[in-house]
Amino acid sequence: MRLRGTMAVVTAMVLLAGCASNEGDEPAGNGGSAAPGVAGDALTGQLTVFAAASLTESFDRIGQDLQARNPNLFITFNYGGSSGLATQINEGAPADVFAAASPATMKTVVDKGNNAGEPVVFVKNQLVIAVAKGNPKGITGLADLARPDLKVALCAEEVPCGAAAKKALAGVTLTPVTLEQDVKAALAKVKLGEVDAALVYRTDAKAATSDVDGLEFPESAGAINDYPIVVLKDAPNTAAAEGFIKFVQTEGVAVLTDAGFQAP
Amino acid sequence: MMLDSRLVVDRGAFRLDIALSVAPGEVVALLGPNGAGKTTALRALAGLQPMDEGHIRLGTDDLTALPPERRPIGVVFQDYLLFPHLSALDNVAFGPRRHGVRRQEARATALDWLTRVGLADQAAKRPRQLSGGQAQRVALARALAVHPRLLLLDEPLAALDARTRLDTRAELQRHLTAHPGATVLVTHDPLDALVLADRLVIVEDGRVVQEGDAATVTARPRTDYVARLVGLNLYRGRAHGHRVTLNNLTLSVDDQQDGEVFVAFRPSAVALYAEKPTGSPRNIWAATIAGIQRHGDNLRIELAGPIAAAADVTPAAAAQLDLAPGRTVWAAVKATETHAYPA
Amino acid sequence: MPASRRRRQRVPAALLVPALLGLAFLVLPLAGLLIRAPWATLPQRLAEPHVLAALRLSLLTATLATALCLLLGVPLAWLLARVEFRGRGLVRALVTVPLVLPPVVGGVALLLVFGRRGIVGQWLDQAFGITLPFTTAGVVLAEAFVALPFLVIAVEGALRGADARYEEAAATLGAGRWTTFTHVTLPLVAPGIAAGAVLCWARALGEFGATITFAGNFPGRTQTMPLAVYLALERDVEAAIVLSLILLVVSVTILATLRDRWVGAA
Repeated sequence: MRLRGTMAVVTAMVLLAGCASNEGDEPAGNGGSAAPGVAGDALTGQLTVFAAASLTESFDRIGQDLQARNPNLFITFNYGGSSGLATQINEGAPADVFAAASPATMKTVVDKGNNAGEPVVFVKNQLVIAVAKGNPKGITGLADLARPDLKVALCAEEVPCGAAAKKALAGVTLTPVTLEQDVKAALAKVKLGEVDAALVYRTDAKAATSDVDGLEFPESAGAINDYPIVVLKDAPNTAAAEGFIKFVQTEGVAVLTDAGFQAP
Repeated sequence: MMLDSRLVVDRGAFRLDIALSVAPGEVVALLGPNGAGKTTALRALAGLQPMDEGHIRLGTDDLTALPPERRPIGVVFQDYLLFPHLSALDNVAFGPRRHGVRRQEARATALDWLTRVGLADQAAKRPRQLSGGQAQRVALARALAVHPRLLLLDEPLAALDARTRLDTRAELQRHLTAHPGATVLVTHDPLDALVLADRLVIVEDGRVVQEGDAATVTARPRTDYVARLVGLNLYRGRAHGHRVTLNNLTLSVDDQQDGEVFVAFRPSAVALYAEKPTGSPRNIWAATIAGIQRHGDNLRIELAGPIAAAADVTPAAAAQLDLAPGRTVWAAVKATETHAYPA
Repeated sequence: MPASRRRRQRVPAALLVPALLGLAFLVLPLAGLLIRAPWATLPQRLAEPHVLAALRLSLLTATLATALCLLLGVPLAWLLARVEFRGRGLVRALVTVPLVLPPVVGGVALLLVFGRRGIVGQWLDQAFGITLPFTTAGVVLAEAFVALPFLVIAVEGALRGADARYEEAAATLGAGRWTTFTHVTLPLVAPGIAAGAVLCWARALGEFGATITFAGNFPGRTQTMPLAVYLALERDVEAAIVLSLILLVVSVTILATLRDRWVGAA
């Protein structure tokens, strides 16, 4: 009985340990053991990229292209809200590259000294007015959003799309019904028909063209969102990280603009 | 205003089918072994057990289809089921309140009933603060406070210890005598039945096997269960005048009968001998001692042989005869000690 | 035997070790919050109006959601515990669905029914001009949806544990089913209902996913504490810790008080 009890405890602890090491998708040690760096021109080893959720489709494609040219490179992406990713990095998550959706979130990482080198802006994203397919409410511009018969969703100021919306809306008095926690949630409210309009990124509207139309508006020019990218200080694979960023800025541009981003 | 009922409950393996009539003021005891269906019958009368057939009439009222809350009944449950969240007083007032009596009036009625059962000073107590005997009396007061035309009691004394039981039984008898409606009492204790009931209805395996007043039932048992209850040796046989033929033995009896009869005699009427006795005319057979138990001041000897019988002997006689299980003895019963009656 | 001479119970290590690990697993993250809390700036952070607004809204909606759950959940539990009907097992399983459903999905499901284009919501809007999403009532609804199973399960358990023969006794005294329910059944299972309500309230207080999906996020109207915590996390981790601590202290205080007064008595 005693032995079996002890076994159960040991098993539980092994399981717990297993859970813990899966937390960050890939353990830090793998990068080091795989002899990282550049062998000739080729990138090798493990590369971990933390990227804003809005980059998901683009970075997946860019990653595939890069790995096709570097058979010994293994890229792991961790997508999420920029702020959450920044918190994870500042709490010591093992990552090589961080691509944020706003300079403000990037700043929280830089402020803690977790960057290696200066962040560079690699794309810009612009706000559009997302409306139901066919624009049934006949919305023509930003000023229309103040119409009393319309329900409007914005992102909360705490997240980048909300900060951008606030800038764009300077001069327009508007009472939204909700301040969503991220841009996808705001877009979902439009898709479900719960609101008539939401300010979202052009890339998000473009990815949902079957359900929504994205209306461009001139005021968005004053609230363009910069996407900075940087190699992290504790990057286990600095060479591959630098290679990745270079690739994003060259061959990756076409993929990104295709998704609705603008070149810087 | 008389209870006239036929109660049928069919559960496949077990079927209850009894007819039961009770006059106003009469107390009828349903007596029988465990699992005989007594409690099922009582629950059917209360409306807590759906019936498959039959009827329940009380005077001119047909209760058969009425739900329990609309029957003019009072029930004392085996473990009382006093509401634990209410005081003794509010337990008793519960019924009158449900019958539309105002709160103050219901409480006054309840206090009156608690006084009658001698518990006025316990009115504020919660059920868990009451002793077993007190709880039983509160339960009785609660059942009587709605002035039921039919009072139903399920083993009302079974949960009490022997001492409390004696007092409570006497008290219960007083209240049952005073109750003007019909009363049905379920018990497996013959003493409760004898003391409390005017009439006994013996139920075995879902059927009425015997009914009558206490004297008749005790003198002329008709089943082994009743015979054991009243402490008699009972046999069934065929009579020709003064002789009754059993399976393996023919007995001489005092009563003259013909046809199927019961023969009964008391264990104390059985005399035991080491040698076969001669002389006076009596029934004599060889028997083996199957067991010996204390029985009051005497010993009860269980006998095997052509007929199973119980014999009561004094300890002195037992010592003299050197009685022990397995020994063979001669058993004798005088014809005048037997009682034969038609089956 | 006097208590002092009673042999001390030896706890088997096979039970003690995982028990202590389990306790540490639950308590350490809370300790982490305490350690990282910005104690110096705590007073001024507490006084911020949006913090108090979120706290007030959380307490209000959790309490209203609990009331709604009691109103609907106790009769539902009674039905499951006391009435035999076909498909009872299925109904019981359905009641527990919100337990396994990710709350965000629950929020979407609520939108599909009570939303502007939802089956019920459309009708409510046209007939009465009532819209639930993005309102405080919507928060209450979302919290109640997620918390109701806790109440139903607790109360049904209490009802099954309660002796149904007391209800029979009440019937023989002239009480109909409704009177029996209010005068006998409810008092008998009151401790179980209280325990269920406490669980229900705690669940409602911490509700996040269904609320933000169904009711959205607007300060003072639909922004409850968990939503405020989540958004604070986007900008300022310390603010999120402060908000979490407030939620923690308030809920522990209320639950401990309730437990002693109501549940502890059982």
